[in-house]
Amino acid sequence: MTAIRPTALAAAAALGLAAATAAAARDDVTIGMQLEPPGLDPTAGAAGAIDSVTYANVFQGLTRFDQNGTVIPDLAERWNISSDGLTYTFHLVKGVTFSDGSTMDAEDVKFSLDRARAEDSVNAQKGLFAGIAEVKVLDPLTVQVILSEPNGGFLFNLAWGDAVIVAPETAATNATAPVGTGPYVVSDWVKGDRIVLTARDDYWGDPVSIRTATMRIIADPTAAFSAMMAGDLDVFPAFPAPENLAMFEGNPEFRVTVGTTEGETILAMNNGAAPLDDIRVREAVAHAIDRETVIDGAMYGYGTPIGTHFAPHNPAYVDLTELSAYDPEKSRALLAEAGLSDGFTTTLKLPPTSYARRSGEIIAAELAEVGITVEISNIEWAQWLDEVFKRRDYGMTIISHVEPMDIGIYARDDYYFDYHSPAMQELMAELTRTTNPDTRGEILGRAQRRIAEDYVNAYLFQLPLLTVSRAGLQGLWENAPTPAIDLTGLSWAE
Amino acid sequence: MKALTLPLGALLAGVFVVAALVSLVWTPWDVTALAVRDKLQGPSLAHWFGTDQLGRDILSMVMAGARISISVAVVAVGVGMVFGVPLGLLAAARRGTWVDELVMRFNDLVFAFPALLVAILITAVFGPGALNAILAIGIFNIPVFARLTRGAALSLWQREFLMAARVAGKGPLRISAEHILPNIAALLIVQGTIQFSLGILAEAGLAYVGLGAQPPTPSWGRMLADAQTLIALAPHVALFPGLAIVLTVLGLNLMGDGLRDALDPRLKERRR
Amino acid sequence: MARYLALRLAILAGTLFAASVVIFLALEVIPGDAAAFMLGLNAQPDTVAALRAELGLDQPALWRYLGWIGGALQGDFGLSYTYKVPVAELIGDRLWVSLPLTLYALALSTAIALPVGILAAARRGGPADITVMGATQLGIAVPNFWFAMMLVALFAISLRWFSAGGFPGWADPLAALKALTLPAVALALPQASILARVMRSALIECLGEDYIRTARAKGLTRGQALRRHALRNALIPVLTILGMQFSFLIAGAIIIENVFFLPGLGRLVFQGITQRDLMVVKNVALLLVFAVTLVTFLVDLAYAAADPRLRTRR
Repeated sequence: MTAIRPTALAAAAALGLAAATAAAARDDVTIGMQLEPPGLDPTAGAAGAIDSVTYANVFQGLTRFDQNGTVIPDLAERWNISSDGLTYTFHLVKGVTFSDGSTMDAEDVKFSLDRARAEDSVNAQKGLFAGIAEVKVLDPLTVQVILSEPNGGFLFNLAWGDAVIVAPETAATNATAPVGTGPYVVSDWVKGDRIVLTARDDYWGDPVSIRTATMRIIADPTAAFSAMMAGDLDVFPAFPAPENLAMFEGNPEFRVTVGTTEGETILAMNNGAAPLDDIRVREAVAHAIDRETVIDGAMYGYGTPIGTHFAPHNPAYVDLTELSAYDPEKSRALLAEAGLSDGFTTTLKLPPTSYARRSGEIIAAELAEVGITVEISNIEWAQWLDEVFKRRDYGMTIISHVEPMDIGIYARDDYYFDYHSPAMQELMAELTRTTNPDTRGEILGRAQRRIAEDYVNAYLFQLPLLTVSRAGLQGLWENAPTPAIDLTGLSWAE
Repeated sequence: MKALTLPLGALLAGVFVVAALVSLVWTPWDVTALAVRDKLQGPSLAHWFGTDQLGRDILSMVMAGARISISVAVVAVGVGMVFGVPLGLLAAARRGTWVDELVMRFNDLVFAFPALLVAILITAVFGPGALNAILAIGIFNIPVFARLTRGAALSLWQREFLMAARVAGKGPLRISAEHILPNIAALLIVQGTIQFSLGILAEAGLAYVGLGAQPPTPSWGRMLADAQTLIALAPHVALFPGLAIVLTVLGLNLMGDGLRDALDPRLKERRR
Repeated sequence: MARYLALRLAILAGTLFAASVVIFLALEVIPGDAAAFMLGLNAQPDTVAALRAELGLDQPALWRYLGWIGGALQGDFGLSYTYKVPVAELIGDRLWVSLPLTLYALALSTAIALPVGILAAARRGGPADITVMGATQLGIAVPNFWFAMMLVALFAISLRWFSAGGFPGWADPLAALKALTLPAVALALPQASILARVMRSALIECLGEDYIRTARAKGLTRGQALRRHALRNALIPVLTILGMQFSFLIAGAIIIENVFFLPGLGRLVFQGITQRDLMVVKNVALLLVFAVTLVTFLVDLAYAAADPRLRTRR
């Protein structure tokens, strides 16, 4: 932030742009994305597509994730934490402006955090802010957040897209006309087709190399494939059709990367309803599933097997896949032990993603081998949220939990697994209180083992981030610690 | 050419009816057994139509898919006839009264809704499944038969033999059942064949957008939906279920034409 | 005529009213709501309740129905729950895809069907007729979404002449037309088949009428009689079918819009239901019903104008 003053940069851009582009590489990029965001306000909706467009590009928070999920400073250049772990003092970067020209200061931070945790807040991740007791403005560049109890994950929470800093004047209209502190503004949105981001001339931070980014919404995997092949797109992060990747891999014009996401794909089971309330039955289900076949059939081999609800790329991950190794014999024995030697019938409700639908058919066939009959019903998201998530009217379902570090859901009494374990709840409470990274890792390990040994769900695989790009485009996030298409580091090779 | 229409149509449609029946007891491969390792193979001696994305035999799936397509369409047409024909007879018997008016307004209302929209709404309310597909297709068959029956019955009411029946003191409902229904039976059979073919198309469309029978029950429409992303990689997966639909519908349409000519020579050349 | 018109108008209004009630009631019983959908998996119950209140979902049903119809009558269709923009604006945007697509398909279908139908009628019983009858029989039997997939496989994947889907907007009209071409062809084929058959049989029927016999007796050739007299009369059933096809196409494009991922009305209604944006769904549904009813109404009027006897019937 010391290199070039914004005004100088703007002048340089105005004078030398034409000459610069003639010699230098391209400064525009066309990006494919599968889902269109419903709005552009990350503080009022859970859709990942909102973050894909706005995270780091349009909106910024006090902290942020880098591409490996590490929390780094963003609008707060540094901070102090009191020894009791209750008071966080953030020192804000000087000279930050919103894209409407107004200055970002401590009042905006207080407004944003108070708004997100308010009684009538519609923030989808309101739980992130639950521990905040008070937000105090010390001076325009210093803000103090006081927690009601220590929270080792607080800086991590603030890095989420749902915790970005917005201005009171524009907060209500961000869904359609977003005003953030980031280097880009949304200059055009053709509904159903494209969103165009243009670099701000008055950006306060490090200059960006890409001046215009067009995000084209291409929902159909076949269209995504042909648009990429035809050169209509420069990059497609989260490419929707793993079956077509092989056709790009052999081609030197393209680069295919397989990165990580926070999406644990699980066969969730209703722990509250017979016969799945019996741990032996759940274990039988887990042993009946061959993860390799599921990954091969549903994901064309892309995907890492998991044995618990935790991301394998996280340093605290423990490989527990052996606990639920493929073993149909054991499965049958366990069912017999539970008094179900003739098997049983249950429902498998599948949301509309292709990985869920395909995995569902495979798993149904595998469960049939050990005598478990599942009745598949393919439902849409709203139905899933209502029937499975809200009313728990289901036996099994397949879903990817894409929120980062969400093992805490196993400690929630109101969650749709209907799993209630005092031991797990105690572990999570302990985790929240702990700030020491090593101790946190050790607690996380115990938590992973707890839910794996309780066979709460059958853990299938970690969803990969499959990205196809034109050779020459560099600086792309290979992993997705949070849904984001961060343009700030993107550039074309000369 | 004309003479060939009926046998050709019957042959085509018959092939799929037989395939559906045979699939009840035997298919070349088990349609529920997956063999992921053998996925997306092209046609071969072992798999005449190749295998799908989960390694299932497409020929077996097409055979079993005929079962769901045909039964959904038959039942849906049945629903349309069972409700539509009596409504039409009633409206004709009570022509000009509020009963007639009510039936006609009901027809207008149903016809005013785009069929697919109603199917989507029904599915959103009740969830997907073969039964709801039948419901969605059946609803639209009711006014078709009601309108046809009413029109045909109205013209019969003008005829002398009915005058005789009325003079003999028979009530309108009895006349409808005893005299009108037998006289329009041929017409209904012809229309039934046409609606049957439309029902196959509709079922495929619904299943394609995910509103039909649920897996693992094979269905032509859903096979096509699954094949869509694979079209660059393995076009044969989309080819065979589509051909099955085309040939079945074609067969039924030819049969309808042939039946029309055979059953009611006066109607020749008047269709469409 | 005035009385007939008033009656037909009353029926039109009645149908629309009944349809609005049916739509509203159907949407009332659909499980799930927009608030839960927007907030996702980590949402807490109180947040969902707060969003429901913000969206007005917690008001009584009758109140919301009256609010909807009252607003719609004044041209205010409400605000989309998810997009936060007026529904009228969303529909307006989408109409710019759906309407051109429909007209394109209709134009293609007519351009193919009429000459083919006339040819078949003129050469009745000949090889051309038999070919046409066979081909149209096949055209009717092809599901348009499957035909669309085959078009994609051939022209987008193998030959790469067209894109497999999406719509670039009207900023570049040529690119926009190009993007609509495959969908329009997929929509037009079955319609063209039906239309060609109607054209043929209408012509053949006219050729059997007395005035044609008179014309032939005056020494006109079969072709001359066809061109000078039969064609005009045969156009009436053809126009009727065209009118019906228009309403069918604008609604029936739902599946084709999904195959090609065109941002049209059909996809809007699909998305609306998926996201439980019922504000969008009920208005698009009503609009589609209105379009269908209006076309039926106009066709009835046209008939009545042509044949006064019809005015007293029904």
